[in-house]
Amino acid sequence: MLGKLDWSAIPTDQPLPLIAAGIVALGMLGVAAWITRRGWWTALWKDWITSVDHKRIGVMYVLLALVMLMRGFVDAFMMRSQQAIAVGGAKGFLPPEHYNQIFSAHGTIMIFFVGMTFMVGLMNFVVPLQIGARDVAFPTLNSVSFWLTASGVLLLNLSLVIGEFARTGWLVYPPLSELAYSPGVGVDYYLWAIQIAGVGTLLSGINLTATILKMRTVGMGYMRMPIFCWTALTANLLIIAAFPILTATLAMLTLDRYLGFHFFTNDFGGNAMMYINLIWAWGHPEVYILILPAFGVFSEVISTFAGKPIFAYRSMAAAALAICVLSFMVWLHHFFTMGASADVNGFFGVMTMIIAVPTGVKVFNWLFTLYGGSVRFSVPMMWALGFMVTFIIGGMTGVLLAIPPVDFITHNSLFLVAHFHNVIIGGVIFGAYAGYNYWFPKAFGFTLHEGWGRATFWCWLVGFYLAFMPLYVLGLMGATRRMQHYADPDWQPFMIVALCGALCILAGIGCTVVQLVVSIRTRAQRRDLTGDPWDGRSLEWATPSPPPPFNFATPVQVNGLDTFWAAKREGMPAPGLPEMPAPSAVEVPVGTGTGFFIAFFATGFGFGMVWHIWWMAIASLLGIAGVALKLAWRRVDETDIDGDAVAAIYTARAGEAA
Amino acid sequence: MSPALTTGVLDPRGPVAANTYQLLQNATVVMLALIVPIIVLTLVFAWWFRAGNRRAKRRLDWSYSGALEVVNWMVPLMIVLFLGGTGWVASHALDPAKPLPSQAPPLRIQVVSLDWKWLFIYPDAGVAAVNHLVVPAGRVLHLQLTSGSVMNSFFVPQLGSQIYTMAGMTTTLYLQADRPGTFPGRSVQFSGDGFSDMHFNVDAVPASDYDAWLARTRASGTRLDAGAYSALSRPGTSVPRDYQLDAPRLFQTILAASMSSSSSSPH
Repeated sequence: MLGKLDWSAIPTDQPLPLIAAGIVALGMLGVAAWITRRGWWTALWKDWITSVDHKRIGVMYVLLALVMLMRGFVDAFMMRSQQAIAVGGAKGFLPPEHYNQIFSAHGTIMIFFVGMTFMVGLMNFVVPLQIGARDVAFPTLNSVSFWLTASGVLLLNLSLVIGEFARTGWLVYPPLSELAYSPGVGVDYYLWAIQIAGVGTLLSGINLTATILKMRTVGMGYMRMPIFCWTALTANLLIIAAFPILTATLAMLTLDRYLGFHFFTNDFGGNAMMYINLIWAWGHPEVYILILPAFGVFSEVISTFAGKPIFAYRSMAAAALAICVLSFMVWLHHFFTMGASADVNGFFGVMTMIIAVPTGVKVFNWLFTLYGGSVRFSVPMMWALGFMVTFIIGGMTGVLLAIPPVDFITHNSLFLVAHFHNVIIGGVIFGAYAGYNYWFPKAFGFTLHEGWGRATFWCWLVGFYLAFMPLYVLGLMGATRRMQHYADPDWQPFMIVALCGALCILAGIGCTVVQLVVSIRTRAQRRDLTGDPWDGRSLEWATPSPPPPFNFATPVQVNGLDTFWAAKREGMPAPGLPEMPAPSAVEVPVGTGTGFFIAFFATGFGFGMVWHIWWMAIASLLGIAGVALKLAWRRVDETDIDGDAVAAIYTARAGEAA
Repeated sequence: MSPALTTGVLDPRGPVAANTYQLLQNATVVMLALIVPIIVLTLVFAWWFRAGNRRAKRRLDWSYSGALEVVNWMVPLMIVLFLGGTGWVASHALDPAKPLPSQAPPLRIQVVSLDWKWLFIYPDAGVAAVNHLVVPAGRVLHLQLTSGSVMNSFFVPQLGSQIYTMAGMTTTLYLQADRPGTFPGRSVQFSGDGFSDMHFNVDAVPASDYDAWLARTRASGTRLDAGAYSALSRPGTSVPRDYQLDAPRLFQTILAASMSSSSSSPH
């Protein structure tokens, strides 16, 4: 009846996951009780869970990413604690079978459910506003994408208390991840969580690409899009091209594990290196899917807070496109050490370095955007400057790793770990924080607390250097990644410094929470009635904050780059305002529970597959088909907001401002 | 406690490690020459052009310069051409499969990664060892590597280049220890629960000591036959051990096993 599932799946012998799960359960109960007390369930369902408004979906993506950042950080903190004490004969507090799950979960969570989720959230929120569109091309599909991501998150977190997570590393390399060496359900949890979330990501990529290609407002040619839209376009093109590879690769591993195929097994002519090639054919574009939107955030932030147009706009767009194409030609540098010929290694080494050219051009262009500007050190700008200084160090070590013989002595070491944290924290996480502080007032109509924002920045910056500079040194001293304990006592002082860095980052995450709470409590004083708190340049700042459900009451006419900036300078009204006093009605898509219910059944399907509960998997698939059919027979998919209601939105705002 | 920084790849003890370390240092210096000025300029521009600085000359509409654009593309391009060329040449010069120059014929050693231990086979000398690699200092080592289990990576930081061990496939690596000494080595590709204990020492000894070790092992080591190998290949960690090699074609047998149906399910 329940497949492989029985009471032994609950890890009653391990206190840590149970305590963690207990805390999470208590937290969820607390939130539920609070919502009940406030009577917010209906609003939560109508305005958020079933919403197809790209702005609300974007906010939910970002919230999900912030929550998962905490989960991923707890894993990181346990690893740093373990390595700070497990030296010589000491084995620390985490046995290998637990430690191995932790580093696998940490990587999986941080890449898929923090980095990607955060960036997709920002793109969802910002792109339609920046191109003057009323929503994305397929609003209901957008909701499905989000909820499928949430379904992946739920499955991954279920593995904490029911069964186990993968003990193989975040890319589940075979043959270790094959049934012969990983007979438990951990790898299966990984496979189904990533497959389900991956479908969501692919749909989101198609949606945003279609939005940018087809929904731009009047006059918004490609060369008039804000740079963030360019980087979003390239990132989403990469999603469309790369995610099917991931799906197919994981599907092959699934066939190996479930139906006795031999794609990647040690026996019957299977070849694990095929998996490793394929997974990186997705995996390298993936890191650019993460970093390109962050580059876009920094372009917007630097240009806004320097009070200047972005320097060499065409170069910026061309560089993003070049990175998009080149990112597919470098996958082999992730395994130079497999013993390929010198020609193969040399070729991929050179290709990898060539990516540094467009990236370098971007850095120079940001630098010259600062030159001659009038720089304001607001919180988003602090993150941008921290990025410019930090990311470039990660770029340097990346070029070093691209030289094949240097990779032979640094691959799989803590030097490599330090490198990719340098670019992912210094690039993606800093970008996420910059974007969060920058667009928060647009989403909610009040600014975030400046002081706590600065505290967050400094904690993260100092914490990053303390945590990862020692890892560069350790890597060169011969320290390997993923070690549950080690023999050399000379490494311990560096590990302890790294733990102190993790403590600083913990303080940074604490400041993030405090900043949000303080800002919400003092929102009355922090209210931004202009809709344009930073003296912005692009169209999202032409709308009231928060923007109305339809973004712009009338079609926006764009005459060049930074149309809103030009309008402000010429004393013209902001583009996209309604024709007062009698605006016409505006059509908006109706909300639907389709996404939520599809994800509900997808979770059931994934859980059924993990535990071999076949009836549950089949019933869930039928459920998904049923929900989709119900949507297909829907009679009404748009509703009107009549002219009076439109006028009310704008006059209420103008009244508050007056 | 003051940790000794000169360990690992920072303390090369053979030609491969020394050349690679030199390459790492050169490339680092070239890159630093580019990135340090950029970091300084970033901070200087941001500070000088701060909104409150009255002396800064604002150019708020300046957003393009053809000459600067050429420089922006050319500077990274030149650096990358230089480093790319260096990388291309180095990846041929330091190809792990390329024999090192040597008068004497290289010493052939076959390396097998198991769950979670290293088996070193000396096919020409008729001995084998687990988690313990004894080599004559100064002699070129010709390593052929495979895996009897999942993928691992063989790495001795002070001697140079790591390389993967993969079931059913052979990789080749040439190394050399210049002088006698003990150098820690380990698997650096995560391979499961016993991974952290999958380390060994390389003992580079004078030729006479090496011959003495061979003689001692041939005389008194445990016999490594099919049964002993089967016991070794079961998951678990191991202390260093020396063996008489009873099956001179053991490496080929392990290599072939993974192409058949019988090698699966060790757990």
